Amino acid sequence: MPVITFIEFDGTQHQVDSESGLSVMEMAMKHDIPGIDADCGGSAVCGTCHCFVESSSELPAVEPQEESMLGLRPDRESNSRLSCQLQVSDQGGDMTIRLPEYQM
Amino acid sequence: MNQAVTRKDGLPDPLSTPLDQLDIADPRRFEFDTWQPLFERLRSEAPVHYQAQGPAGPAPHGDFWSVTRFEDIVEVEKNWEAFSSEPSIAILDPEPDMSVQMFIATDPPLHDDQRRAVQGAVAPKNLQEFEALIRQRTQETLDGLPLGETFNWVDRVSIDLTTKMLATLFDFPQEQRQLLTHWSDAATSDARITAGRGLSIDERRTIMGEMLQSFTQLWHDHKANDRESFDLIRMLQRDPKTQNMVDEPFSYLGNLMLLIVGGNDTTRNSMTGGVLHLHQNPSEMAKLKANHGLIPSMVSEIIRYQTPLPHMRRTATRDVELNGTVIPKGGRVVLWYVSGNRDSNAIPEADKFIIDRPNVRNHLSFGMGIHRCMGNRLAEMQLRIVWEEILERFERIEVVGPAVRTCNSFVRGYHELPVRLHPKV
Repeated sequence: MPVITFIEFDGTQHQVDSESGLSVMEMAMKHDIPGIDADCGGSAVCGTCHCFVESSSELPAVEPQEESMLGLRPDRESNSRLSCQLQVSDQGGDMTIRLPEYQM
Repeated sequence: MNQAVTRKDGLPDPLSTPLDQLDIADPRRFEFDTWQPLFERLRSEAPVHYQAQGPAGPAPHGDFWSVTRFEDIVEVEKNWEAFSSEPSIAILDPEPDMSVQMFIATDPPLHDDQRRAVQGAVAPKNLQEFEALIRQRTQETLDGLPLGETFNWVDRVSIDLTTKMLATLFDFPQEQRQLLTHWSDAATSDARITAGRGLSIDERRTIMGEMLQSFTQLWHDHKANDRESFDLIRMLQRDPKTQNMVDEPFSYLGNLMLLIVGGNDTTRNSMTGGVLHLHQNPSEMAKLKANHGLIPSMVSEIIRYQTPLPHMRRTATRDVELNGTVIPKGGRVVLWYVSGNRDSNAIPEADKFIIDRPNVRNHLSFGMGIHRCMGNRLAEMQLRIVWEEILERFERIEVVGPAVRTCNSFVRGYHELPVRLHPKV
């Protein structure tokens, strides 16, 4: 089972075994990882599960809805994603997810 | 008709009257807090409902579509290309000769540029700087309240605190901060959405002109006194895309109105609403007192339950289907957040005020999608601090008379909430 490593803004690391069928956002919520708010619950309409993907196997392309929300982030980087749009699968590799300083 | 006479809002019965004889947006339903049955009916009977006119002919706000279910509202919010925020985000069209431009009422890319210029002011990173200041002011305000006598919570606390915060955000002179409240109230008191009780177009135009004049002066003062400051005006001045906004008075005025109303009515009325909701739900107050850790969750629940802005409006850019109904190009589409927030299919027991409900942050009061409230974290922080400081001082806040509510279909709030404080022993 692939492992997801979450790195909080202050550097604290959390490693969790991924669960097929959940999104990276849902994994974070399930394991109480601080730094993801996920106000809208996974519809890509609030932007509060923003993360930076440091390493992963191939990811799904950014859909227009996700892009329009990422476009509002003041701290957007080239590897910015909404973690609710990243599904975890058994076939995928390990992932390292860095969390932003804040969500808004 | 007997029915109409006995109803306190003076309106036809919302359940037995044919839908085409009801004005969904009549603000008196909010003034008398009688809006729930009508919206419940719409959610079940006609979730995408077209209203051609009011019961007595053309309504002052024109014809429009009402969207009342949570899921449908999110669907519209997502599809900003088919459901534009231009020319207005309220049910009313802009007034002739006064088409101010605000970024909330624009689409990308202009929207994104202007929003990005100012949102740093209310980003959580900047908020940390504000927290100690907000707490100190909150303490001063609460410590100055009379004990054992009746006073109006709206004036003494809600307006006082939100206006001080707003003055800080603009680096506006604190001694003149009442002007901000005055302008904010004027911006939302159009006679056409207040059952005729608001201001005429001419009155509003005069007041908005005064506001523009004052803020133009403020712009130049700030420019002359440039310093490292994260106030909204200096952020506009610093960003290449908005640095000359003062030269476009309608754009400057529009964005000021947006920021002033956005930072004022909303938090003010949630500050008052929270006191009322806790008074009406003593078991929730008991939960809170037993566990102050519930404050952040309660703050979200207060914002949902109050829904200080009952609606936002979009305009169809083409014929577009929503939940089986085709909305024609040009159709004015009113998203009733106040209804979506009580949709039991999306929020279990939505009519109940439950401070520790699961997924408490998943509500519509901030909107969803690209126009989602930029100041949401600031609003939550202000409310969190108010409640932390209230619980330090008071056993409870007793509501001792009826709330006097605003008669307005765009702002769901309060003029008066008479309360008496019970200090901790």
